[in-house]
Amino acid sequence: MIEVRDLHKSFGDLKVLRGIDLEVAAGEVVCVIGPSGSGKSTLLRCVNLLEAPTSGTVIVDGAELTDPECDLDAVRRRIGMVFQQFNLFPHLSVLANVTIAQRRVLRRSAAEAQKVARANLERVGLADKIDAYPAQLSGGQQQRVAIARALAMGPSVMLFDEPTSALDPELVGDVLGVMRRLALDGMTMMVVTHEMSFAREVADRVVFMDGGVIVEEGPAAEVIGAPSSERARTFLSRVLDPAAAQVGEVEEA
Amino acid sequence: MATAEGAAPRLTRRRRRQLVLGGEYAIFLVVVIALLGSADWHEIHANFANWSIAKQVFPDIITVGLRNTLIFTITGFTLGLAGGLVLALMRLSSAAPYRWFALTYIEAFRGLPALLIFVFVGTGVPLAFPGTNLPGGVYGQAALSLGLVSAAYMAETIRAGIEAVPRGQMEAARTLGMSQGKAMRSIVVPQALRIVIPPLTNELVLLFKDSSLALFLGITLQERELSKYSSDVASQQGNSTPIIIAAFCYLIITIPLSYLARRLEARQKRGQR
Repeated sequence: MIEVRDLHKSFGDLKVLRGIDLEVAAGEVVCVIGPSGSGKSTLLRCVNLLEAPTSGTVIVDGAELTDPECDLDAVRRRIGMVFQQFNLFPHLSVLANVTIAQRRVLRRSAAEAQKVARANLERVGLADKIDAYPAQLSGGQQQRVAIARALAMGPSVMLFDEPTSALDPELVGDVLGVMRRLALDGMTMMVVTHEMSFAREVADRVVFMDGGVIVEEGPAAEVIGAPSSERARTFLSRVLDPAAAQVGEVEEA
Repeated sequence: MATAEGAAPRLTRRRRRQLVLGGEYAIFLVVVIALLGSADWHEIHANFANWSIAKQVFPDIITVGLRNTLIFTITGFTLGLAGGLVLALMRLSSAAPYRWFALTYIEAFRGLPALLIFVFVGTGVPLAFPGTNLPGGVYGQAALSLGLVSAAYMAETIRAGIEAVPRGQMEAARTLGMSQGKAMRSIVVPQALRIVIPPLTNELVLLFKDSSLALFLGITLQERELSKYSSDVASQQGNSTPIIIAAFCYLIITIPLSYLARRLEARQKRGQR
């Protein structure tokens, strides 16, 4: 479903991605983990070409996005994306947030767009917030609306860019719950996350990135439970037990 | 003073502050009284608040003067807003010639006196395009002049508004399959316009005042706006009362508008993100 080959991305002199090869099969859930600055968010943003790769190939659902002739707008309709900062449209109600792209892009009728919106808002448990504005919702609710907004387009792939990193800890569960159900429904998902328990439980495969390359990948139990590389071990011990770190211990480079 | 003692009792801080403040009030009062006392109140009253002359300017000062001022302002503002939006989008375009044109236009028209634009539109346009008459005659010319000037200012305001919309908004719209233009139109520009409503209201106040420059367009009696009308009557009658009435007509519109702009700005700072 997603195929990334020899992907490189530089910002000026800074090489953020240095040769990424990755495949995500239909129905598969892949979690990408790694320290900040490892390039995992950039990788995700390259999959729908929000970030234009310096070189390499990206193919999603049979369409090569890196082909200059590719109609990006058409392919992006089939790739849902959820952002760390939600990026709901603050001037529109919840319902309008979920219907606007259906109306303007898919040219659905108002009645049909609303029907689809209601169904998807129900799916994320927010059918009662239909007339609210984003500013009136909690972070967790906003993120679930953002998920409904993406789902309303009927995507074949969903990309999640640290969807719970901007949330208060007690609101993380609701969003992860929605994502877990989505995974069970068979959605193809690529998730950049720091939620190791989610990755361990939901991911079919976990990819550990560091320094712009994939260091390790495999079943969640292996990569998270028994990582083979030193870098992954150090990172995971920090993430899983932050209190155990010693003062003065050298930051992993 | 209760606790102050010793040979030279020093002033407490509170006492000193009272003295300074008292001094300031005293100076202010003396100046005001001197000015009021030396003015010739009879003359002032006769020249600036002459009741019989005041009665003569009504209702024309409203039905002709204020009416034309409002027409010039509103049509000029509408043209300026449309032009400003187009210029702002050109300024942000990825095609270089658009950017250059917008930048040149904005710099040129912000750097010229509005008066010059009025004279140019009044005399230059009929010469440059012979036989063409702007729709509405003087009304068209005034709207065009004000529109040309205000478009340059509004373009910069709107551009700042567009750039103030977080980048994630455009990204979210693009990931939903909207084209650059569609995302701009349905997501970014509506938010930008909300952001720029207070500064645009201030622009409207400026335009309202600049509409007085229409007197350089060669207007007929019925096309006079507030300033022209009142100064005409004032010089006919040899009395300044019409000027005072015109001033009140301006302030009745500008003060509430400025107040509204401040309110909107304050509300925006409090609410939403």
